[in-house]
Amino acid sequence: MKHVVKILTLVVAVSAFWVALLQTSVIPPSHTWLLPIYFIVSLGCYGLLMVGVGVMCFPICPEEALLLQQDIKEAKEYLKGRGIDVGSDF
Amino acid sequence: MEEKNKYSIIVPTYNERLNISLIVYLIFKHLRDVDFEIIIVDDGSPDGTQEVVKQLQQLYGEDHILLRPRAKKLGLGTAYIHGLKHASGNFVVIMDADLSHHPKYLPSFIKKQLETGASIVTGTRYVNGGGVHGWNLMRKLTSRGANVLAQTLLWPGVSDLTGSFRLYKKSVLEDVISSCVSKGYVFQMEMIVRASRKGYHIEEVPITFVDRVFGSSKLGGSEIVEYLKGLVYLLVTT
Ligand SMILES: Nc1nc2c(ncn2[C@@H]2O[C@H](COP(=O)(O)OP(=O)(O)OP(=O)(O)O)[C@@H](O)[C@H]2O)c(=O)[nH]1
Ligand SMILES: [Mg+2]
Repeated sequence: MKHVVKILTLVVAVSAFWVALLQTSVIPPSHTWLLPIYFIVSLGCYGLLMVGVGVMCFPICPEEALLLQQDIKEAKEYLKGRGIDVGSDF
Repeated sequence: MEEKNKYSIIVPTYNERLNISLIVYLIFKHLRDVDFEIIIVDDGSPDGTQEVVKQLQQLYGEDHILLRPRAKKLGLGTAYIHGLKHASGNFVVIMDADLSHHPKYLPSFIKKQLETGASIVTGTRYVNGGGVHGWNLMRKLTSRGANVLAQTLLWPGVSDLTGSFRLYKKSVLEDVISSCVSKGYVFQMEMIVRASRKGYHIEEVPITFVDRVFGSSKLGGSEIVEYLKGLVYLLVTT
């Protein structure tokens, strides 16, 4: 099954549930009408929150950059001694 | 005992003269008791990458370093396919030449595969032990946004979709790559999403990613638009 079909099925199922709620009036219809809006707003909030938290807690590794510099130095020394063109020093 | 594993490491290069010798040195340093070959697919780099590769072949031997060049810049996706044709190992590793993918993680990819029997082991920057260095706020923001969007829409089952440091069983890579058509970042995403849909066993290992020191990025332009198009494409085709 294509993934978009899965998502659409989910949307249809949720909409059907919503229509059922409207018709049986378990909760006041005026509230039921607003539910999709709540849903979309909370979806948006979820997205923004995830991105926000993600950026704030972005895993960084400054020590890796230093280690890499050491590795580069070591490699250049080894290769230079064996006649490999490693470019000029930076 | 099954027969011995061999790992073919495919490294696509375009203008990586300064990086290629460093990466080769580091691969040899970190892969000790393993049978491997490095397949360098160079797309006619004008900066003389291939001359350096030939020097490296003198030093390390032509059975360890294979130069499989192409005449002109034909893109990353086809570079992998080209390299794959010449791979003699039963496992294939794909990594960038620009030192963003550090060869010191190769043993953990191999170990993870041996432990779990996974078909694909993919490097992830977004778990404990992983990380990125050298990105500005904008780059972090787009990366996160792209990731949240893809996770919500595609449910791929892996945490890092656009990273391209991966180990594949050769047969699995051949199977997956033949059904991929995208380019650029989307290509990496398409590979892993298709593999996941096909039900292949995928494992992750943490990697750190230091933005390139030498040379310049080759992916550019309207990346975000391409990404969104790719997302829609994957939604309707996988
Ligand atoms: N053979 C071949 N290699 C390529 C081509 N484009 C990029 N590459 C190589 O693919 C790898 C990844 O390319 P990068 O330019 O580093 O892309 P990136 O990692 O997304 O961008 P950066 O942020 O600059 O690191 C590098 O090893 C490049 O040399 C191409 O058209 N052909
Ligand atoms: Mg790179």
